Amino acid sequence: MLKELGIDPAIVRRVAIATYEAEMNVVMYAEEATLTLEVTPRTIKILVNDRGPGIPDIDLAMQEGYSTATPEMREMGFGAGMGLPNIRRNSDDFRISSAVGEGTRLEITININ
Amino acid sequence: MGCMRVCPTQAIRVRNRKAAILKDRCIDCGECVRVCSNHAIVPLTSSFSDLSRFKYTVALPSPVFYSQFGKDVRPGAILNALKKVGFDDAYDVACASESVSIAIQEYLDSNDAPRPLISPFCPAIVRLIQIRYPNLLENLIPIESPMEIAAREVKRLKMNELGLRDHEIGVIYLTPCPAKMISLKQPPRKKHSFLDGMIAISEIYPTLLQILSQPNGGDTEQEIRGLGLGWPIIGGQVLCLKAEDCLAIAGLTDVMRVLDDIENGKLKDVQYVECHSCPTACVGGSLTVENPYIARGRVLRMVQIYGSVPCQDRQKIRDLYEKKFFSLVGSIAPSPVQPLDDEISKAIQKMHQKHQIHEMLPKIDCGGCGAPTCLTFAEDVVKGQATVDDCVFLAMKAFETLSCNLMETVLKHSRKIRGNVEPSDHET
Repeated sequence: MLKELGIDPAIVRRVAIATYEAEMNVVMYAEEATLTLEVTPRTIKILVNDRGPGIPDIDLAMQEGYSTATPEMREMGFGAGMGLPNIRRNSDDFRISSAVGEGTRLEITININ
Repeated sequence: MGCMRVCPTQAIRVRNRKAAILKDRCIDCGECVRVCSNHAIVPLTSSFSDLSRFKYTVALPSPVFYSQFGKDVRPGAILNALKKVGFDDAYDVACASESVSIAIQEYLDSNDAPRPLISPFCPAIVRLIQIRYPNLLENLIPIESPMEIAAREVKRLKMNELGLRDHEIGVIYLTPCPAKMISLKQPPRKKHSFLDGMIAISEIYPTLLQILSQPNGGDTEQEIRGLGLGWPIIGGQVLCLKAEDCLAIAGLTDVMRVLDDIENGKLKDVQYVECHSCPTACVGGSLTVENPYIARGRVLRMVQIYGSVPCQDRQKIRDLYEKKFFSLVGSIAPSPVQPLDDEISKAIQKMHQKHQIHEMLPKIDCGGCGAPTCLTFAEDVVKGQATVDDCVFLAMKAFETLSCNLMETVLKHSRKIRGNVEPSDHET
């Protein structure tokens, strides 16, 4: 869809990676979530709002290699601990907030040049 | 309309009873050529009259050509027959396929390039990647194709042997498909092909059949051998590689499935992916004659009989590889489909309009409007290339409403007029 709007393939790739990682976290941990895509002439925003266990220590979660994946998840090839760092690396602005026992919210912004 | 439906990238529109190909979507796969019963879509190939401008001509048949004739017809005999059709000489390409396989193996062994690497030899696949998967352009292995290697080599040999200049020698490829022809006119990564023209296998076939049926007068036959003979079928390239982790896929639906996976970061353990646009690979090209499954059987047989003896000195080829003999420099540019608008804010607006229009459509992809799907039709409308009235269903609905309104108006006036005139004292 983004390609149809004429957006640079490199940017489309970053959006795809960030969204994929966010989606994986939702599937692996949350009970339910909404993912919203906002496209304006200047930016692409991906908003992820989930209802789930939440993240107790966000700084720890953002560390490369730190993972809370279960053995089952690792067996499927996930849980390398790079999800959140990958999102940050591929976005121009990344905000994350969470409440234990309630859920997590991500606001990913990628600029269109 | 068959062409419109069969096009894998929805590149055909039928307007004013004529089919038109949208150049930014077309990947030159030739499915439309194959399916058109009216032969209305014709690939551009060279003709024999084009050959008269050369002092010396050499036929370079695709290895597919060897599979098109009877099972006892040897490749060497086919090359001899070509010399009687109007070419001064004929040169085997399967040997070049073998060298290219060795080069691919060297590249795989020595390189840190992204995995998996993708075969660049089917021009329709290269076009598909340029248009739909630009992120995978770097996965296309930068190695010259066998036909280019063979053309360059035969030109060099003939220039030395005959003392002629480059432009005086015509090297003509006998092609199984139209895609190869396009890659001659616009070779990716370089300006000019080493080939001077291409003739369709189907065009030269009848003449060759005739010549092969005549006694050959005991001409000496070149011995054609090597695993390069296996290239025309699915898995033919992989057959030549040390490949434990290689895939061979044919047919655009399955190829796109695999390319989607690669784009999503899967298949990283795979070294090389051999991709073909035609479902039966090159023996099934739209310009071949023989049934592709029969041709495949013949290729397997040739590999069995002649494939075990290599035609190249492996070390010699490795040395040539080190000297960059097979390397292609330069990158392939992406060519994305025309966006809805060049300005993003307008494009966003048009996207909304497109979805609004799509909501109104019956979504049955009937093709009556000349577009293959309701979604592509909505896009055409938004791009100004069609109007909503072109939809047969919407037009019928509008006509219905119009006639109902007209009926209502007519009845109203008719009653009024009759009211003015009746009772009919004027009846006689």
